[in-house]
Amino acid sequence: MAKANVKRKVVIYRDWCKQCGICSTFCPTGCIVKEEDGYPFPRYIEKCIGCRLCELRCPEFAITVEEWEKSK
Amino acid sequence: MTTPNRIILDKYLRHNKKFPHIWCPGCGIGIVLAALLRAIDRTGWTKDEIVLVSGIGCSSRAPVYVDFNTLHTAHGRALPFATGIKAARPPLKVIVFTGDGDCAAIGGNHLIHACRRNIDITTVVVNNYIYGMTGGQQSPTTPEGMKATTATRGVIDQPFHIAELAASAGATFAARSTTYHAKELESFILKGLEHKGFSLVEAISQAPVCFGRRNGMGDPVEMVKREKELAIPISKTAGMTFEEKKDKIVTGIIEEREAQEWTDLYAGVKKTAGEE
Ligand SMILES: Cc1ncc(C[n+]2csc(CCOP(=O)(O)OP(=O)(O)O)c2C)c(N)n1
Ligand code: SF4
Ligand code: SF4
Ligand code: SF4
Ligand SMILES: [Mg+2]
Repeated sequence: MAKANVKRKVVIYRDWCKQCGICSTFCPTGCIVKEEDGYPFPRYIEKCIGCRLCELRCPEFAITVEEWEKSK
Repeated sequence: MTTPNRIILDKYLRHNKKFPHIWCPGCGIGIVLAALLRAIDRTGWTKDEIVLVSGIGCSSRAPVYVDFNTLHTAHGRALPFATGIKAARPPLKVIVFTGDGDCAAIGGNHLIHACRRNIDITTVVVNNYIYGMTGGQQSPTTPEGMKATTATRGVIDQPFHIAELAASAGATFAARSTTYHAKELESFILKGLEHKGFSLVEAISQAPVCFGRRNGMGDPVEMVKREKELAIPISKTAGMTFEEKKDKIVTGIIEEREAQEWTDLYAGVKKTAGEE
């Protein structure tokens, strides 16, 4: 799954996040974790497979997963 | 590829509205709305040809936030308004966004008759099993035994199953999914939008504050897990009895068939009446 030439970014817009915990709980790779302050953070971004389930299940439109090809 | 959130933000949300939106933390309505917006984006329709109609309820507040032609009507009456719009302007893409109370209680009669007409409207129902906006009264979908402010010792009535109800009333497309299955939900909504005739997609959704809390279902995460555990695809229900299915969430396409659509039939009537 983890394509070597792909880079990913998971942008979480904290101003809209209501800390429901859905994104971190259901992230299949454990990329997103709930921090001590209650907000989610993509701490293990290298694990992200770009499935975008976090984005689809966020009730707040607060997550955008970005993906692009790494330049050599 | 599903539509990126960035496009949803830029193209479909109304920037003069206050965000974050009004819904409680972890409530599933936002997930259903997002699924609808992504499905709409995949149709390629322009915003100007789309009309989004709702009644009253937490779910029915959705049109307020999105940039289409929108109509926020009276409780239970989204479908009559939508029917009027579609009858007057058949080329418009008419979509109803409603709740279980709005469309199955006060609007239940409108629902079955819209189904019966097979008019080309797509209805997305957020079924959170409760009247959310007014604080948690029993709705026609509240499962037996569950508590509500109007059923403090547990509901004794049998619930409606909205998708099956719609199908048996004549809807030519009916499907059910959940907020856990957001991707599937989006694909069913897309099918509903592209279907010619009356289509209904029931989205089972968590309402942590007005329903889950009263029924000891834990936080939004626990409620979403519950959807995952209770969901059973319709393909696996053959041979199951009513009792066995009762506490499950049957997901999938319940009905999909072709039949003559109402605005086409009505155009024919006008022609024979000499109105052109
Ligand atoms: C004619 C009328 N009767 C009752 C109400 C009160 N009321 C507002 S919303 C609602 C129920 C909404 O339930 P549902 O459609 O399931 O929406 P939810 O809030 O659960 O998303 C009721 C009974 C009203 N606004 N108008
Ligand atoms: S895209 Fe998938 S793997 Fe990456 S953070 Fe989101 S849910 Fe986790
Ligand atoms: S799903 Fe959305 S609202 Fe919930 S914790 Fe994650 S970013 Fe915040
Ligand atoms: S009151 Fe219930 S339905 Fe309404 S936003 Fe809150 S949790 Fe959702
Ligand atoms: Mg409801």
